[in-house]
Amino acid sequence: MNDIVSQDTLDKKLASVESIMDGLGSNGYIASRRIATAIFVAENLSKPILVEGSAGVGKTELALSTAQWLGLPLIRMQCYEGLDESKALYEWKYGKQLLYTQILKDKMGDTLSDSKGLDEAMQRLHGFGDLFFSEQFLEPRPLLKALRQKHGAVLLIDEVDKSDEEFEAFLLEILSAFQVSIPEIGTIQATVPPLVFLTSNNMREMGDALKRRCLHLFIPLPDAKLEQKIVASRVPEIEERLRRQLVTFVQMLREDDLKKLPSISETIDWARVLLLLHADSLNTALVRDTLNVLLKFEQDIAAVERSVPELTRKAQQA
Amino acid sequence: MQQTLENFLRALRATNVRVSPAEAIDAHFTVDSVGYSDRTLLKDSLCIALAKSEEEVERFDECFEIFFTRDEFRDREEPSGGDGLSNAESEMLGEQPLAELLLGGSETEMAQAMEQAANDAGVANIRFSTQRGLFTRRILDRMGLRDLERLIASLNRQEGDQVAVEMAERLEEGRSYIFEEVRQYIDRQFDLYARNAGEELREEFLAKTNLSAVERRDFDRMHRIVRRMAKKLATRYARRRKHTKRGVLDVRRTLRKSIPHDGIPFETVWKQTKIERPRIVVIVDVSQSVAAAARFLLLFLYSLHEVIATLRAFAFSSHLIEVSDILKERNVEEAIPEVLEKIGFRSTDYGQALEDFEDLHMDALDRHTTVIILGDGRSNDTDPRMDLMRQIHDRSKSVIWLNPEPEPFWGTGDSEMHRYRNFCQVAKTCRTIQDLERIIDDVMKTYFRA
Repeated sequence: MNDIVSQDTLDKKLASVESIMDGLGSNGYIASRRIATAIFVAENLSKPILVEGSAGVGKTELALSTAQWLGLPLIRMQCYEGLDESKALYEWKYGKQLLYTQILKDKMGDTLSDSKGLDEAMQRLHGFGDLFFSEQFLEPRPLLKALRQKHGAVLLIDEVDKSDEEFEAFLLEILSAFQVSIPEIGTIQATVPPLVFLTSNNMREMGDALKRRCLHLFIPLPDAKLEQKIVASRVPEIEERLRRQLVTFVQMLREDDLKKLPSISETIDWARVLLLLHADSLNTALVRDTLNVLLKFEQDIAAVERSVPELTRKAQQA
Repeated sequence: MQQTLENFLRALRATNVRVSPAEAIDAHFTVDSVGYSDRTLLKDSLCIALAKSEEEVERFDECFEIFFTRDEFRDREEPSGGDGLSNAESEMLGEQPLAELLLGGSETEMAQAMEQAANDAGVANIRFSTQRGLFTRRILDRMGLRDLERLIASLNRQEGDQVAVEMAERLEEGRSYIFEEVRQYIDRQFDLYARNAGEELREEFLAKTNLSAVERRDFDRMHRIVRRMAKKLATRYARRRKHTKRGVLDVRRTLRKSIPHDGIPFETVWKQTKIERPRIVVIVDVSQSVAAAARFLLLFLYSLHEVIATLRAFAFSSHLIEVSDILKERNVEEAIPEVLEKIGFRSTDYGQALEDFEDLHMDALDRHTTVIILGDGRSNDTDPRMDLMRQIHDRSKSVIWLNPEPEPFWGTGDSEMHRYRNFCQVAKTCRTIQDLERIIDDVMKTYFRA
């Protein structure tokens, strides 16, 4: 995965929307046209993509698959409340800095011993490069790491809505110019602009400034056809009949008033569970037993339990 | 082509999709890289570059469909003269592009000519429905209507000439046909560019309308306005929860942080004051006279949930009940009619309501709580229970009374407002949503003053 990827092959892979769809598909991510277009435009405009959608529709997965397909290193940063630049961008290696000052003190005596007078000593002192705040003592964190990748990278800033507003403001410089400013050193520019994905669950509305710098991609819950394709690609061992039945069942569930609608990841999990149980078609008992894979709230399960026979019957006819 | 994109962006702005100059530049780059040939590709990529939320995506899709659909001309009966024009006829018409078009042109050619004329006339600038006639006229003028009319008149004068009269008739037909087409085209353009201008005007007006005069059909719009106002306030105050007291060192925490660095205080920690979020108890009168205002006050407060720590709501007319649960479980818009149905629209008894409040919730009032009371203070000559009002005042951080009546009416008739106001930190008239916004802003300020 860390093989050097030449710019040419990258360009070829990202040449058109169709090639992106095919490429992601071959890596097990069935992308809708809009998703592929987003990546295409992002590459052409060198802009980050802000991916929104409910939990489990494959926002994070999109970044992972893209990185895998392009053969670029994936650098992931999970956001949470209280995340700050020393954890996201860089940190000084304090220990080494302290050691350095110790060494400096020891060596200083030798070096300056033969100089005559304070003035000359000071002159010499200024002659040394000031290493204390230099890149050698810089501990790169995810964002800086992503900028320093020689051959580009995929940077995933996960759940950016969970971070604080200050952090959001601090992301702006990276997102618009692909550079960071470190007060002691200066500006560090990306060697190759990374492909950036930000994901958001809409815990809070993102600021306009951030939105303006990003392309916006909303991933909805998939329709039956797309979902079947996704299940087929993720759980290829499953039989076609069962696959059609379970996708129909999940699609019907999504029309109910549930607290948390089952999303793609739940469908896939369910498919895996059914496979494990050697089921070849849906039946009421089986659905009842495995309902907790699909629904994550007690109330939701209770609400659906009653209509399970009917839903199962309908799904069997599909 | 650049003009087309500019016009499209303008139409987008008119449907409330915000397009900043920077985004306009992005849009141009996007079009440069994808081109106009593939419609879906163009739509998807522009959408990704311009629409920034789910609702904007929806509005974008709609706008794109209207904008990039070529206006189809109605099929019309073939001009009776057959395909081409005979030489004699051409001669009679002279150099008149519009007449030639009407007699021999295809629908597509006419549509093109019309769009060209519309562009020249600056149709994208249309704002008000009253401008429709003006723009119709301008487009027709640019297409050469005046010359056409002159031609028809002169043909009509040649009375003996059968061909000329026939030609004049056909031209007349053509004229009314093109007139109708242009009129429809303008209607569509008006939809595209100006739909929202009227909406904005309406909202501005509503914000200043007396709450009790708001009509049912405007409720949705009002809810939208209230939510937007609340959101503005919420973002303003959400930011300031932590406030660093610059310059005051937190010695304990600084020492703690210096341990990994051999006791050298690399990182200094400054003292912070935490700003607490407001706790609000709201008591609303839902009798006939005040119900409308109650609806919007509740909606406003519940839209502020991000910045309010706890919110308890009580409603009364003759009796008082707690409505927090109803409001929490359901959408406020749906819950309010239910509350009104339960206890609303009866004659008010402030004394009884305060008594009920004492039973239910008086214990929970403390010096962090703000009590907001909405009511006209008209107690129908029952005992106003000033003693309970004093208790509420003594126990809480502050009491705010909102009265939908203007101040000169306070204290007239059965109104006990003058006596109640003695126990309030603030007593204000609240007649429009703008008043509401201002007052709630003030409440927030007392908490967030750092």
